[in-house]
Amino acid sequence: MIALLTRDLRLAFRAGGGFGLGLGFFLVLAVLVPLGVGPDPRTLGLIAPGILWVGALLACLLSLDRIFALDHEDGSLDLLATAPIPLEGVVAIKALAHWLTTGLPLVLVAPLLGVLLNLAPPAYGWLLLSLLIGTPALSVIGAFGAALTVGLKRGGLLLSLLVLPLYIPTLVYGAEVVIRGAQGLDTLTPLLLLAGITAGSAAILPFAAALALRVNLR
Amino acid sequence: MMPDLGTYATEVTLAYLGSLALIGGLTLWVWLRGRRVRAELETIENRSERKRHG
Amino acid sequence: MSTTSLWEYANPVKFMRLSGQVLPWVAGLAALLVGGGLFWGFFLTPDDFRQGSTVKIIFLHVPAALVAINAWVMMLVASLVWLIRRHHVAALAAKAAAPVGAVMTVIGLFTGAVWGQPMWGTWWAWDPRLTAFLILFLFYLGYIALWSAIEDADTAADLTAVLCLVGTVFAVLSRYAAFFWSQGLHQGASLSLQPGTRMDWVYKAPLYACMAGFTLLFVALLLAGTRTEIRARRSRALMVRERMYA
Repeated sequence: MIALLTRDLRLAFRAGGGFGLGLGFFLVLAVLVPLGVGPDPRTLGLIAPGILWVGALLACLLSLDRIFALDHEDGSLDLLATAPIPLEGVVAIKALAHWLTTGLPLVLVAPLLGVLLNLAPPAYGWLLLSLLIGTPALSVIGAFGAALTVGLKRGGLLLSLLVLPLYIPTLVYGAEVVIRGAQGLDTLTPLLLLAGITAGSAAILPFAAALALRVNLR
Repeated sequence: MMPDLGTYATEVTLAYLGSLALIGGLTLWVWLRGRRVRAELETIENRSERKRHG
Repeated sequence: MSTTSLWEYANPVKFMRLSGQVLPWVAGLAALLVGGGLFWGFFLTPDDFRQGSTVKIIFLHVPAALVAINAWVMMLVASLVWLIRRHHVAALAAKAAAPVGAVMTVIGLFTGAVWGQPMWGTWWAWDPRLTAFLILFLFYLGYIALWSAIEDADTAADLTAVLCLVGTVFAVLSRYAAFFWSQGLHQGASLSLQPGTRMDWVYKAPLYACMAGFTLLFVALLLAGTRTEIRARRSRALMVRERMYA
């Protein structure tokens, strides 16, 4: 299992591996929004939590199809399916690799972008915490979507259409944590709900994704 | 015969006309598609029939 | 000696026979109830004290919303039947139900928005119920898109069934999230679009007629659509056979 993880991580960091693509997109978004909405710091401060969370969502989307597609193309996915590790475990490892290379960097960069968007000072800690808890859900849900569309040539757009609605609960609760944190309100409820969704997704979706992979590998 | 819809006449009429248009469109689509597929099936079945019976 | 069970109609031939006999009646009754119910609601009901004539929109909105949800539930059950018992009729029925459910969701959204106009003053407001319906519409779109994208019929059936299962969980989660999310609005912004328990029989009767009518309409379109899918599947199978033995 560890070998699989290190392999996927190494592949992601290689040139053309997609690492940094999500980060770049995240940055571009944080520049585009003020350009589109106007530089008024009050407006930006109000929408910053939502923009940061939506940006994280979209940035995660970018590298989702890589989770299985490359292995599927060169046949290694078939090998993985027959390996001693259960396919559910393979899915979990790949989702973890995706999170480490896409989600986690987003978490670390988000506070910097928060500065650009005039995020209220009390909210920074909550931003980090909510993204830390929520981005793994994005990776697992994304892995499920990727498993559904792995057989398709140009599945990228369809993948987005399938996955983005699944992201909605995480988005709502994650952004709510940051919004409440910015106002100094109690954030426990959305935080717990957010954590619940991440935990539930991580527990159930690898099975659904493995099922989809087996169907696509037939 | 037309009821006096008062101030909300446009809204209510819009709602009814729009919904009926959507229902009508959907029903039409289901019906037309059904006819097309049925015709295709008959064509193919006739072809196989003819092949088998010389 | 076979006991008549519902499972017999999982057999495509039996399903085609039964549905062919039943369809004209269902369609006729649906037309009667929908036409009659809407006529009754539109022409023969009084204006509401608070909502004026917009109360008449309830006869479209509530039945459409009802079918929008029930269609998805039916798709969920059909998907489970397909995954567990591999009856093709179930998978094709789910496929046929989706466009009907999607259009009903649109009608629900459209009528809900129009109904809200006099109350909210805008053509769209992020009322939690409407928002939840918008999200449901997205789930319908994804499901339909997945069916279209995959060539192999059985693979498509399997993948869309799994999507329907996972989608249901997230659709329910999203509904609660939408209500949680809208708490940010000050109270009074949420319009109660459900018929209150105090609803007069003057409105209840045509409403029930429309609800029954819309449901029968769904059944009629579902039967017709499933029959079409079964025929399409048979067409494809015959074409494959033609190419093989040509």
